[in-house]
Amino acid sequence: MYEFAVKSPSSVDDVKAALDEADDGQFLAGGQTLIPVLKQRLAMPSDLISLGRVKDLVGIQAAGDSISIKAMTPHADVAANGDIKSAIPALAKLAGGIGDPHVRNRGTIGGSIANNDPAADYPAAVLGLGATIVTTEREIDADTFFTGMFDTSLKDGELITEIVFPIPEIAGYIKFPNPATRYALVGVMVAKIGNTVRVAVTGAGPCVFRVAEMEQALTASFSPDSIKDGMVPADDLNNDIHASREYRAHLIGVLARRAVAEASS
Amino acid sequence: MPAITVRVNGLEVTKEVDTRTLLSTFIREQLKLTGTHVGCDTSQCGACVVTLNGKTVKSCAVFAWEADGADIGTIEGLSDYSESGGELHPMQAAFREHHGLQCGFCTPGMVMTAVQLVKDNPDIDEDGIRHGLEGNICRCTGYQNIIEAVKTGAKAMRG
Repeated sequence: MYEFAVKSPSSVDDVKAALDEADDGQFLAGGQTLIPVLKQRLAMPSDLISLGRVKDLVGIQAAGDSISIKAMTPHADVAANGDIKSAIPALAKLAGGIGDPHVRNRGTIGGSIANNDPAADYPAAVLGLGATIVTTEREIDADTFFTGMFDTSLKDGELITEIVFPIPEIAGYIKFPNPATRYALVGVMVAKIGNTVRVAVTGAGPCVFRVAEMEQALTASFSPDSIKDGMVPADDLNNDIHASREYRAHLIGVLARRAVAEASS
Repeated sequence: MPAITVRVNGLEVTKEVDTRTLLSTFIREQLKLTGTHVGCDTSQCGACVVTLNGKTVKSCAVFAWEADGADIGTIEGLSDYSESGGELHPMQAAFREHHGLQCGFCTPGMVMTAVQLVKDNPDIDEDGIRHGLEGNICRCTGYQNIIEAVKTGAKAMRG
């Protein structure tokens, strides 16, 4: 690792002040991605602004029609939370399938979506459930948040404080995990919210994306039979040692059907 | 260099650490508790698992200063050690009974994870054990006996 200084503020205001004072500061959330990245010398921040002491950034709150998860809430807490298990079981299941138990004890929802790894699980939940990302500056729709591989619409210094999930009528999430890393080779979140259906796919492309054709077919008839092979062309999908783009395209259809079945069960 | 104060296996210790010092490095090189192993150093293998405030973490993916003020548990804290011998923790005894190791390198992380799994869920079943050990890799692939050991250890811990 290159040398860096550390600041451990205890409030969101102090976080902003600490970042302003740093030449090239970087937020440290759960560190399950950033620490390995620092070890590989792929990042060289002047300062790490640790968010681990900011108590206001941890917690889960259920309102009537939504559930709010603070940015520094670890995956294990989301997976075990009673309100989430009863209102959005697909979200609890998704969180409980990220990485492994040790990663889930440290990794956070805010860190995951700010990083926007193409194979991460949470982007599928945030986009598929149509969540709102609340930051220190504004509220961002999931549809405009994920802008590309490891890229989001967050501005420099903008900090995610919470993610607000509307409670869907029904939802399902199925992933085909890479057996070594547990990242999603392909993961599909399907959710029915009022009269609209959302389908979000992670792992398959450079960035999480929605599938309009599946959404229309499922809006007309919410049944696994509505999902036809070939609704997502293979052309722009990831092609690597783990799977060919054609295999990923095939998996999207299979997993989408299973996600619809799970949501309906 | 920040100074940190942690409780390790019940004993309080204060040390200066570099900002880049990983919790695993702190435990092994500054505290000389070399029971915690570093297998991959890329946060995949789980040999370095310790407990941090009662939750298992990969200590190679946590900075030492992040643990300031925390309770840390390592493999050395499990058994009831004494000059005259002492008793193994029931989970350690179960690993010995079932030969739940081949080369033994992954064992500290396996045992720390297994103990916490059973503490969190005393009635854990085989499926729960298998999923609970997803973050711990045994390159000898000796999983079958590890699972048997954890089942026996869980039974012993339930008493």
